Amino acid sequence: MALERDKHVAQHALLTLDEAQLLAMYRKMSLIRRFEEKSAEMYTRGKITGFCHLYAGEEAVAVGAIEALYDKDYVVSTYREHGHCLAKGADPRAVMAELFGKATGISHGRGGSMHLFDPDIRFMGGYAIVGGGLPLAVGLGLSIAYKEEPEVACCFFGDGALPQGAFHESLNLASLWKLPVIFICENNFYGMGTLVQNAICQEELYRFAEPYKMPGVRVDGMDVLDVYRAVTEAAARAREGDGPSLIEAVTYRFRGHSMSDPVEYRSKREERIWQERDPIKNLRRRLLAEKRVSEARLDQIDAEVGAVIDDAVKFADESPEPPLEELAKNVYVE
Amino acid sequence: MSQITYREALNQALREELDRDERIFIMGEEVGYFGGAFKVTDGLLAIYGEKRVRDTPISELTFVGAGIGAAMGGLRPIVELMTVNFGLLALDQIVNNAAKIHYMFGGKAKVPIVIRAPQGAGHQLGAQHSQNLEAYFMHCPGLRVVIPATPADAKGLLKTALRQEDPVIFLEHESLYHVKGEVPDGEHLVPFGKANVLREGKDLTLVSYSKCVYDTLAAAQELENMGTDAEVIDLRTLNPLDLDTVLESVKKTGKAIVVYEGWRTGGAGAEIAAQLYEKAFDHLDAPVERVATMDTPMPYNARLEKAALPSPADIISAAERIV
Ligand SMILES: Cc1ncc(C[n+]2csc(CCOP(=O)(O)OP(=O)(O)O)c2C)c(N)n1
Ligand SMILES: [Mg+2]
Repeated sequence: MALERDKHVAQHALLTLDEAQLLAMYRKMSLIRRFEEKSAEMYTRGKITGFCHLYAGEEAVAVGAIEALYDKDYVVSTYREHGHCLAKGADPRAVMAELFGKATGISHGRGGSMHLFDPDIRFMGGYAIVGGGLPLAVGLGLSIAYKEEPEVACCFFGDGALPQGAFHESLNLASLWKLPVIFICENNFYGMGTLVQNAICQEELYRFAEPYKMPGVRVDGMDVLDVYRAVTEAAARAREGDGPSLIEAVTYRFRGHSMSDPVEYRSKREERIWQERDPIKNLRRRLLAEKRVSEARLDQIDAEVGAVIDDAVKFADESPEPPLEELAKNVYVE
Repeated sequence: MSQITYREALNQALREELDRDERIFIMGEEVGYFGGAFKVTDGLLAIYGEKRVRDTPISELTFVGAGIGAAMGGLRPIVELMTVNFGLLALDQIVNNAAKIHYMFGGKAKVPIVIRAPQGAGHQLGAQHSQNLEAYFMHCPGLRVVIPATPADAKGLLKTALRQEDPVIFLEHESLYHVKGEVPDGEHLVPFGKANVLREGKDLTLVSYSKCVYDTLAAAQELENMGTDAEVIDLRTLNPLDLDTVLESVKKTGKAIVVYEGWRTGGAGAEIAAQLYEKAFDHLDAPVERVATMDTPMPYNARLEKAALPSPADIISAAERIV
């Protein structure tokens, strides 16, 4: 049965969080936005190559969700994973260096933008096959349950993954075995140029929870606190051994599908409407309205993350290439 | 004749075939409104409508399987996989159904489907987006495997594919879409199982297909400057495989190098070398060389990717080893 969202609690979520936590969320969202803006710039300058899918506009989903997790919880993501990886605590230097293909990159230059990985922070990877990450999250959930550990596995995927068999099989298995998995669908309305209603018969994506007998909720993915609240609930449930949940976060990607997408399939008007709901401006507005922090403090955070990202770019640029002699290294465990 | 790109040649073949046979339709991800991830189907939706140019969800297993079912139901589907990498999700349908249905049901059913898939490396797309999987399909009896290098062959082989009664895996190289060449206007059919001798030579046989044909031709030119006269053969289809043309050449030259972008181990080159040992052992003056992609997942880093891929220089080194 679909879990009805408690609007009242969501609206007052600001009040229940302390200032440090609110600012931490603001900082992370601002960091991701700045990271993505710089990535776009570096791509245009030819420093980043291959495919590069930016997360600008969707920051509230990764940040709200990961803020609700413990450090030792696992996160699995897609090729649009810079945001999740940074939110989980990755060093922006290592992420940017990976985008540059450098030896100091988080995957030592072998992965690129789509394949970030850092087991130390339990960021279990970005995967470029749509739907490919869900079974992995189920397996991580199984490992947790097996070892009777308190963690959860949190899996992000797009609306485009729902028509894949892997989605349905993963929800079924996680539910059947009551595994501690949180499935977070980032519904940004498009899979490349295909509108969600042209890809899946049930547009209310959270309702796929119902046949698989788990709670399903739709949250405002432009509101970090709404996401935070839903994931907190899902995580508590999972930790208590009550099994998986499906969360549909409704959001919007501000840029094209990838850096090479001219975005001809949607209107400028639609884009403007969503830009007005910018998750970062949204949180900023509310923090100021409730007089929780001063404008100067938020400006200071923006300036700080700007410096962090500039430093990451400098680090990436100055880092060495992976040595040619190591091309065949790590094909097998040595 | 007109000078058009590999992409335009494919698009032209699709138009001509859609016009020719009402049973032909196209389906796949982004083939309609988006015009195809590589723009091969660009403009077709506007002409033929949604019935014949159908956008599908990201459901490779199911839309490939549906294509197989539609073929059994009397249609002639062209299923586009956005790239061959995603075709792995449909491998069960391709191997367990498409390849077997005719045989397993005693010849009573047919699956005349054409599955088109771009493939190949060289664009820093990382390990999951840079594969050449022709050997997977070549390994499986029941599938025809077509792999054109030139715009003219792209058109002529695709048109022939749509006249086959067997399932055809049609592999296009992502780096070839912009390559231009002379393409015959109108009806142009290139038969399956007929390799193309692109350059005659007496000292060495270079066997290749798909994008590596161009690297091979470049190497042959270089070898000529170095005094080695190389013959270059483009196989064009891997199943059926035209070994006769290769044998003919090897009988003359006594030496062969197979050049391909798949992984070296267990690739098409292994099969061709094995067949040469079986059928031309007495004619060979040196071991058959393979120039292929290193046995590693493809690295993202540009320099590493380049080093992993076969190059004209690698072909020349191989030639130096055996000539
Ligand atoms: C199995 C598979 N098929 C096709 C693709 C090509 N592809 C990459 S992203 C994408 C759209 C996915 O959209 P969605 O899941 O909504 O994620 P978003 O990009 O919107 O974050 C497609 C079709 C792929 N990577 N994997
Ligand atoms: Mg989407």
